[in-house]
Amino acid sequence: MQLIFEKSRAGRRAINFDALDVPEAKLAPELCRANAAALPEVGELDVVRHFTHLSQRNVGIDDTFYPLGSCTMKYNPKIAEVVAAMPGMAKLHPHQSSSAAYAGTVQGAYALIHELEAMLAEIAGMKAASIQPIAGAHGELTGALLMAAYHRDKGNTHKDTVIVPDSAHGTNPASAVMAGFKVVEVPSDSDGTLHVDKFQAVMNDRVAGVMLTCPNTHGLFESNVARIAELAHEVDALLYYDGANLNAIVGQCRPGDLGFDVMHYNLHKTFATPHGMGGPGCGPVGVGERLLPYLPGPRVVHHDGIYSLETPEKSIGRIAAFFGNFLIAVRAYAYMRFYGDEGLRDVSRVAVLNANYIHARLKHAFKPAFGKPFMHECVFTAQPQAEKGVRAMDFAKALLDRGYHAPTVYFPLTVKECLMIEPTETESKETLDAFCDTMLELARLAEECPEILQQAPITTPVGRLDEVKAAKDLNCACL
Amino acid sequence: MGSWIPTTESERKEMLAVIGAASIDELFSSIPEPYRMRGWEIPAGLSEMSVRNLMAGLAGRNTADAISFLGGGYYDHYIPAGVDALSGRSEFYTAYTPYQPETSQGTLQSIYEYQSLICRLTNMEFANASLYDGGTALFEAATMAVRIAKRNRVVIHPSVNPTYVQMLKTHAANLEFDFVTGDDPSGAACVLVQNPAFDGTVRDFTALGDRCHAAKALLVVSFYPVSLGMIKSPGEMGADIAVGEGQCLGMNLGFGGPYLGIMATRAEHVRKMPGRIAGQTEDHDGRRGFVLTLQAREQHIRRTKAMSNICSNQALCALRAAIYLCLLGKEGLRDLAVACHSKAEYLKAKLDFAQILNEGPTFNEFAVRLPMDAHLVTSKLLDRGFLAGLPLHDVGAGETNDLLIAVTEQRTRAELDAFAGALKDAACN
Amino acid sequence: MDPEKLWYTEDHEWIGEVNSVYAVGITQHAQEALGDITFVELPELEREVAAQEETAVVESVKAASDVYAPVSGRVVQVNSELETRPELVNQDPYGKGWFYKLADVITDDLNELMSADEYRAYLAKLEE
Repeated sequence: MQLIFEKSRAGRRAINFDALDVPEAKLAPELCRANAAALPEVGELDVVRHFTHLSQRNVGIDDTFYPLGSCTMKYNPKIAEVVAAMPGMAKLHPHQSSSAAYAGTVQGAYALIHELEAMLAEIAGMKAASIQPIAGAHGELTGALLMAAYHRDKGNTHKDTVIVPDSAHGTNPASAVMAGFKVVEVPSDSDGTLHVDKFQAVMNDRVAGVMLTCPNTHGLFESNVARIAELAHEVDALLYYDGANLNAIVGQCRPGDLGFDVMHYNLHKTFATPHGMGGPGCGPVGVGERLLPYLPGPRVVHHDGIYSLETPEKSIGRIAAFFGNFLIAVRAYAYMRFYGDEGLRDVSRVAVLNANYIHARLKHAFKPAFGKPFMHECVFTAQPQAEKGVRAMDFAKALLDRGYHAPTVYFPLTVKECLMIEPTETESKETLDAFCDTMLELARLAEECPEILQQAPITTPVGRLDEVKAAKDLNCACL
Repeated sequence: MGSWIPTTESERKEMLAVIGAASIDELFSSIPEPYRMRGWEIPAGLSEMSVRNLMAGLAGRNTADAISFLGGGYYDHYIPAGVDALSGRSEFYTAYTPYQPETSQGTLQSIYEYQSLICRLTNMEFANASLYDGGTALFEAATMAVRIAKRNRVVIHPSVNPTYVQMLKTHAANLEFDFVTGDDPSGAACVLVQNPAFDGTVRDFTALGDRCHAAKALLVVSFYPVSLGMIKSPGEMGADIAVGEGQCLGMNLGFGGPYLGIMATRAEHVRKMPGRIAGQTEDHDGRRGFVLTLQAREQHIRRTKAMSNICSNQALCALRAAIYLCLLGKEGLRDLAVACHSKAEYLKAKLDFAQILNEGPTFNEFAVRLPMDAHLVTSKLLDRGFLAGLPLHDVGAGETNDLLIAVTEQRTRAELDAFAGALKDAACN
Repeated sequence: MDPEKLWYTEDHEWIGEVNSVYAVGITQHAQEALGDITFVELPELEREVAAQEETAVVESVKAASDVYAPVSGRVVQVNSELETRPELVNQDPYGKGWFYKLADVITDDLNELMSADEYRAYLAKLEE
């Protein structure tokens, strides 16, 4: 497909502004650019057709089943888009929060932030939450900075290490390093969970924090988590909950009750805000009693019916300029109010039911990576098939040809030829059945005509792309 | 109570039978019993209609229709209808990270085009697929410069947004960066400058860039994209890294986000740049296609040694910026910048009762010292339907009488006249 | 270089003598594990490196790996051809795919490393 730049015609344009109703002002030539930026010169219909055609070369949840493990690709309700577009939300200037003079103009926004933060805290058994962090990884960094602030405040200068399991998302170790920590990896056991003895082997007085995902990226609940929390707390290390898989346990158990001190939420996963091709997300941080004084500021507080801002005395400061991705938080708030108490509990119940159903239907054709019961996602290894020449990636590409998005493949790194399937709660039984039928058919084809999988995809706008060429002959912009 | 869960009771029973479990509760048996939840304080669910009414009520308690002169890094520009119409296509907004490039060419090509547009706007050679916002982009630029120069002193020029400075210090709290205010590049990894400055002043940092390079330091320029319709670009000034807040390129003000963190650099530094990057390649039939490339820099591969912990980008915001820049085009962006600058100059000339604080020329924003407290003035102006600007003392950037006033293309001459009159009434009586 | 006459590390680097300096590269096993190599970052000339210090980075599409100095020494030459032709590491890991050369090597240090036979046994053990 052509680039928009290739559609440019000198002198063509789309948007016009009103003729200047004031005298034209000029800046000194030495302050001005030599030439106008070489933006495309195209008409509005050119732009509309171009981006419409691009959208048709994409696949979203609205198109098809998107069982991308670890990403919680659930349906994004339309009402959330409507409320986020309300002018009273969408058109608020962030500096309306910078001056007390304007506090009266944003009471509705403050009320929403205050209630959302309280609900997030309640859902996870935390004392408080802050919606400042802009994305999941940013929430992790905020959490790691909070842990560092706690230890600095307590004079725990010797604490310089964070423990992360080998099955963790790469953001965990990377975030810990950005917060100034050294990282020690702890291996998972062959059953896919953390065992107390392996954990004890790396635990010592230098440990400042432990970052866990629960259920972990193998889709398994860390049954030893409460004991791990005790061990961590014995040396005054803090326990961090990576909320990537919170969808599995909402309303069933709470990280705070399990002993976690700090966490981040992924509103774009658990609370259904659109993934937007990879962002914007929203990654609020939640804290228990120990870290409460250090939360990012300013915070919305409520006195005598009036909302205002305060910064906690020992706050780590601003992690975002204002209230993070506020309009994403608005969507999540609408989602939470829609479902409420009973609805939110049902979310995790059906998410786990669906994953177990897929597991039950596929377990004879694909080898489950672990023998323990899965939670919201099931993880298989295509190693037996790969030994005969059909790799996990081939199954992924063959699914694209059959109208599905692929599961997550090759993550986590701890499982060879990994196929990680997360159906979420919003898919119907007939969708799951059709997907399972397709997977079983592919398992049969892998035995009988492996080339069909190896040559896939053939129905997509382009075939498998040459990533080596992309990396060697770098072409990252049309200049 | 509503639900987006389609599974009926009888289907649940059928599925449990296939699984071989007696109840859904049994599927949660790996959660130790003492930790199973018994109760929480979450309100009952609502119908979609009630949710809409509830949210309309909250929105109604906010003021979003005042005539706005608020800026300070975030501006009330017109968003062409095409931006919402196209970015609102659910093939875009309900998709995720392009892990499967064959079915994500829309995402990947739009990122590639966004990167191209940013390079053309800034006169830089490589742009990434975007970061969170202008403030985090400046922090990432500082860490990138530290990595390249292998020095830890970061010089912050007084032109930089004070909120960004706070964010820098929060993010780098444990990184042993040596933050210094000023413009002396000797021994530094980089000098961070902002153009136009937080107070709106336009400068030419070319000479500072030369001094940086002589001292083997990097020049990092934080820019305001709309101003580049007119003023000298970071690339023309010799910037090594250009970062900016992309809100002005078609993003709603949205009380702070989602916004768009722009980052671009020179070819020699591309492997030290954080964030996703899309690149062009081809498939086995020679068809043009796009993939995420240089991923070995990123956290999912490099883990503790990644260039940043960032995983996502603001892809949907980058798409909006790309659509916006295409709709404006070469002439449109220049017209926009000229309109913003001219209207601001018109207003500035009318405020003869106030002291202009800027030492040099300004683009579309300027700081004034009023004859009385800026809080009192803004409160009075609010009653007359104006958001009069940002009281600078509240952001730690001035005295109590100082006000930062921004003007965009959306303000008409009649509004500027009315505002100048109202401001004079309020400030001088 | 003759792979039989090299010394090996547990991180899959090799080192071998050429005209009284020592060339360093990565092994056949390492290049196969990485896949198509797209980029190599080499150390600065004259840099004094300690054993096990990070000296180079090698990247493929899906992986990145640090290359550690097998022994202490001073970098006296780098294979700048790899900057434009990183695929040489895949094609000829023990020849044209060398990374850099060290001088001032203490020969006793080499005895701490594995011989070709020992490395083969090490790989076999890793496979288990």
